[in-house]
Amino acid sequence: MLFVFAWRNIWRNKRRTLITAASVFTAVILALLMRSLQLGAYQRMIDNVVSYYTGHIQVHADGYSDEKTLEYSFVPNDSIIDVIKEHPDIVSWVPRLESFALVSAADLTQGSLVVGIDPAAEDGLTNLAGKIVEGTYLASDDDGVIISEGLAKKLEAHTNDTIVLLGQGYHGATAAGKYPIRGVAHFSAPSLNNGMVYLTIPNAQYLYSTGDRLTSIAIRISPKADATAVAAALRHTTEDMPFEILDWKDMLPEMVELIEVDNAGGVIIISILYMIIGFGIFGTILMMLAERQHEFGILVAVGMKRIKLATVVLLEILMIAFLGTIAGILVGIPIIGYFHANPIKVTGDMAKAYESFGMEAIFPFSNDIGLFLTQAAIVFFMSLVLSVYPWFRILRLKAIEALKQ
Amino acid sequence: MAVLEVFDLVKTYNEESNYPVHAVNHVDLTIEKGEFTAIVGPSGSGKTTLLNIMGGLDQPTQGKVIIDGKDISFLGENKLIDFRLHHIGFVFQSYNLIPVLTAKENVSFVMVLQKTPKKERDLRAEALLKEVGLEDRMDSRPAQLSGGQQQRVAIARALASKPAFVLADEPTANLDSKSATNLLDIMHKLNREEHMTFIFSTHDSRVIERARRVVTLVDGKIASDVRQDVS
Repeated sequence: MLFVFAWRNIWRNKRRTLITAASVFTAVILALLMRSLQLGAYQRMIDNVVSYYTGHIQVHADGYSDEKTLEYSFVPNDSIIDVIKEHPDIVSWVPRLESFALVSAADLTQGSLVVGIDPAAEDGLTNLAGKIVEGTYLASDDDGVIISEGLAKKLEAHTNDTIVLLGQGYHGATAAGKYPIRGVAHFSAPSLNNGMVYLTIPNAQYLYSTGDRLTSIAIRISPKADATAVAAALRHTTEDMPFEILDWKDMLPEMVELIEVDNAGGVIIISILYMIIGFGIFGTILMMLAERQHEFGILVAVGMKRIKLATVVLLEILMIAFLGTIAGILVGIPIIGYFHANPIKVTGDMAKAYESFGMEAIFPFSNDIGLFLTQAAIVFFMSLVLSVYPWFRILRLKAIEALKQ
Repeated sequence: MAVLEVFDLVKTYNEESNYPVHAVNHVDLTIEKGEFTAIVGPSGSGKTTLLNIMGGLDQPTQGKVIIDGKDISFLGENKLIDFRLHHIGFVFQSYNLIPVLTAKENVSFVMVLQKTPKKERDLRAEALLKEVGLEDRMDSRPAQLSGGQQQRVAIARALASKPAFVLADEPTANLDSKSATNLLDIMHKLNREEHMTFIFSTHDSRVIERARRVVTLVDGKIASDVRQDVS
């Protein structure tokens, strides 16, 4: 009966209940849309970076992250490959041999990152074939190279021209070779677009005299899996092997910091929004307390325990907050669903600015269920905090004084 | 058998000031089971204060209030609430029903607080509403009832907890003549047939005429205590 009592009480003043629930609704819907856009953008940033090059996780020889040279390359034995293959959350993995070289075409020379890849596997991870803007992608036994668009411009080189790579191989050997350009790839990130050369792993291993050695294995995990957890599991399994295993957060601390700072800004704005709404609800509570003093006096006079009365008032506050929250979530779901399926696409200079940071100017909304649960939890917690005052007032209520109101 | 005993009861307001007000001044009163008592007196004579103290809503400055053999004079607020729930029925001047509950739910409400099983409280609420002549308005909310009907629901509510006595503060003050007579008939019937004890404050001469005992207060003191024959 107390539940029914509370439910009917909130409809005694329909307008006030609806206005209060509407303020909660506004807070929830604004918070949902804002956080959904923010979290969606973060996820897109991560996916971009992961799919552009790094993968979610990379395996290196111990010490490679401190000194990225061929001296810290490794032979991929069956043990490490088996560990990667057997992990259920790992979707794909690609071997790489990475080093630097001077790239020459005719009388122009430019320094560049040279990456030996398995063309099919690399395309699966980074969609490299999709970035070809001129010529063709590498075949598995190709003896040519793909170069980035910016590099091609600097070298004034085109498909079917020949470039010369000159650098230092494994154990100080001279690395030199000439390769026909099969294709030119465009990367949004200037750092990649201005200096990348791709060739097959056997060609790279021959160029750098590394034998069967690799510098890294880049790993992609399933969308639901957590990179940090998978990396930790791999580390645990390979603790007696000479490898370092890094997730994308280890490899890209600047991006983690950027996300954390931006996320903190979002949290502050949401907190301010909820505080404003909280004061609105508190106003309703104060009015309700003032109006119903006499009624509270009657209820306590006829024998209602004050804690029971306080519980009824708490239920009323929670019900109003719940109505607003549910309405906010119900309206938010289709909006977020739509923008998740049809992300906002920024165009023009703004798009170029995003692309220059290696990010696509596309902002999908996150439809993570946690987002909805978080808003519900915030409103629930806020309601509990706001209920402290009426709770305190009612527990101290004296029937005789309330009856005089 | 006494259901209510009051000994040397004093209630003083502004005790610390130079002008203390003695709202109730050394009152002794015993109410036996089945009495139909009116407490009368001019405004400011202390009727409501005395009623509040006898009902455990207020505490005396001095003296004792004993209900069903238990001294409630200085019980803590939580114990008083529990005591009121099980021993005292209240009828207020302006009905004070719970506006969002139906007549039957209003009557059931105190039984819910007493944790009476649903079936039992439904039966009792229906029987009480029938007794006050509202069997056809059980599902009406207070706003849908006349003042007289609301006051009859209030009497049914006061009786629902099976109290030792019912305290009514000017129960007919807001009623028209016909409703007031009707209400008094019901109270009389309950008093006569079920030996329910009624104590009420009133200014209403119609009520005073029908009370079997009339206690008159003047300046917080009992000026007279008269028993009268009522047909």
